[in-house]
Amino acid sequence: MDYKTVLTTCAYCGCGCGLYLEVLDGRLIGTLPSKTNPINEGKLCVKGWNIHEFVQHPSRLTKPLIRKNGTLTEASWDEALDYTASRLKEIKEAHGSHSIAFLASAKVTNEENYVIMKFARAAVGTNNVDHCARL
Amino acid sequence: MTNSVAEIEDADCIFVIGSNTTSSHPLVATRIFRAIAKGAKLVVADPRRIQLALKADTYVRQNLGTDVALLNGMMHVILKNNWHDQAFVEERCEGFEEFKEVIDNYPPEKVAETTGVSADDIVKIAEYYAKAEAASIVYCMGITQHTTGVDNVKSLANLAMLTGNMGKESTGVNPLRGQNNVQGACDMGGLPNVYSGYQAVNVIDNQTKFENAWNAKLSDQIGLTIPFMLSGLSEGTLKALYVVGENPMVSDPDIGHVEKAMKNAEFLVVQDIFRTPTAEFAHVVLPGTSFAEKDGTFTNTERRVQLVRKAVEPVGESKADWEIIQELSNRFGYQMNYESAEDIMEEISTLTPSYGGITYERLQGEGLAWPCPDKEHPGTKFLHKDKFARGLGLFHAIEYKPPAEVVDDEFPFWLSTGRVHVHYHTGTMTRVSPSLHAEIPEGTLEMHPEDAQRLAVREGEKVKVASRRGEITAKVTVTDRVDEGVVFMPFHFAETCANVLTNPAHDPTAKIPEFKVCAVKVEKAA
Ligand code: SF4
Repeated sequence: MDYKTVLTTCAYCGCGCGLYLEVLDGRLIGTLPSKTNPINEGKLCVKGWNIHEFVQHPSRLTKPLIRKNGTLTEASWDEALDYTASRLKEIKEAHGSHSIAFLASAKVTNEENYVIMKFARAAVGTNNVDHCARL
Repeated sequence: MTNSVAEIEDADCIFVIGSNTTSSHPLVATRIFRAIAKGAKLVVADPRRIQLALKADTYVRQNLGTDVALLNGMMHVILKNNWHDQAFVEERCEGFEEFKEVIDNYPPEKVAETTGVSADDIVKIAEYYAKAEAASIVYCMGITQHTTGVDNVKSLANLAMLTGNMGKESTGVNPLRGQNNVQGACDMGGLPNVYSGYQAVNVIDNQTKFENAWNAKLSDQIGLTIPFMLSGLSEGTLKALYVVGENPMVSDPDIGHVEKAMKNAEFLVVQDIFRTPTAEFAHVVLPGTSFAEKDGTFTNTERRVQLVRKAVEPVGESKADWEIIQELSNRFGYQMNYESAEDIMEEISTLTPSYGGITYERLQGEGLAWPCPDKEHPGTKFLHKDKFARGLGLFHAIEYKPPAEVVDDEFPFWLSTGRVHVHYHTGTMTRVSPSLHAEIPEGTLEMHPEDAQRLAVREGEKVKVASRRGEITAKVTVTDRVDEGVVFMPFHFAETCANVLTNPAHDPTAKIPEFKVCAVKVEKAA
């Protein structure tokens, strides 16, 4: 049996409580509050206490999907990424950079938001980047 | 937030307006409870009698969308009684005369008619707030999700400046951010007008700096906000949309309009961890990872940057979102060669002055609140200490404007939307969580007992709710948390989707839709 706890930051609201994810043999089995985190000082709310539950849920997406004959069908990463890159290139060539837009995300990390906006601005060439800050 | 979460517990007065803190930000509510225990006064203004209202010294229930009138009324009382901070106003602010002229027209008796709050209560809450040694304002989407959202926020800033409650411990104007990393998404330039660190895209120096760093030609044309992306798709001027970790088919106002936009997209990519209602319209769906399966950072509501650490391997073939974008970019013809999330943060810190001193090594432990300009800087607990970012604090003269849609004979109920304590945003994560789902499995419509009696509906019975935009069926919860003539619904639930009803009319500056007010009719379902 391999048991460990990993200190991380809650993803369920902007408080940003510190918590430990409990991992047993690669499965998330529980959540414990961090006592030293300056926001939560050893407490969590009902969402935080249960945050390990959604991560390995069977309904997670596990493979890329491409729409073929109207239905979303499992595909390899190579196929999905090549297809996406070539469709975006075609659209940029036919209609210009500003015909493409991106929604970044208040749920992914800072680093990921940065890379998304860099891709939009430097690769595609548009400032059409927004996210659901207002929602 | 201008101030930190921990400071709230040492405030002498806390004014909570448009934030259901115990539901949406429980660990901020903890600080409010501690402040009360230490003797602080709590003032709550909210159209719904939220849990915090039960703890308030004074609770006022303003009519939906009348916040500017209420705040102007409070400031009228403060000025009339000389409870304002004259020295702070003179030394640190400007625009006072124009502001005062507007405020003169908001005597409490007149404001009472607009807001439904008695003149006595307006005087009382103004006194609590103004006379406190250190008073802190806490607000959330109840303030911002209006066509007058920016006016509301500016009015709160007026109130804090007028009383000198800025740039000191346990004061300030403190917005609580809705989603966990909204602050970070904004800081990182996930906005159409700025690069990371709010560096404007249409300032030539910024453009040159990023062109050199990124080795690419950049556009100085400000991009589209979400409402214009959606109308662009519907009208065919926008061809492709790439959505990462968002679910506009549940979260955006007027779902009928969103659906039309999604269907009309020539190419729609959805990168997410679940097959969301939005993914059903996609041409390509790419499986990203959750916070537990990757390294990175989040920035919380008090601007504190904290580490996110990988605990388990990604499920199936899913990949970290930054890796997906990097691989796509390389195939698209623009090279990215990051080896880790830490690599990306190194680049961020060189290009983003407010994150200049942030490194993963320094984030071990408590994290760092920005601005943190260099490697020695300890981070910033509260903003505007000796002066405002712009120099002098500017008073805005703001008149009250009614909401975009008001009730009438056909649509006689006011509808407001919001969150419940066990669910997060569009529910894709919390609703598959057995413990959270068990607490609140479905969305219901809150209705006042008198209204329920009039419509002859009982707790748990179904009603049809319709606005000018669409119709849904939902069960009723009978409660006096809402006022007569007002109904409330959470927006987390795709099958009883409150956003089928909501009004996409938005604030002219911030483009925030008016989720908090629209007009509906309600009738018993057959
Ligand atoms: S534990 Fe609760 S209060 Fe803390 S960050 Fe998570 S959701 Fe927010």
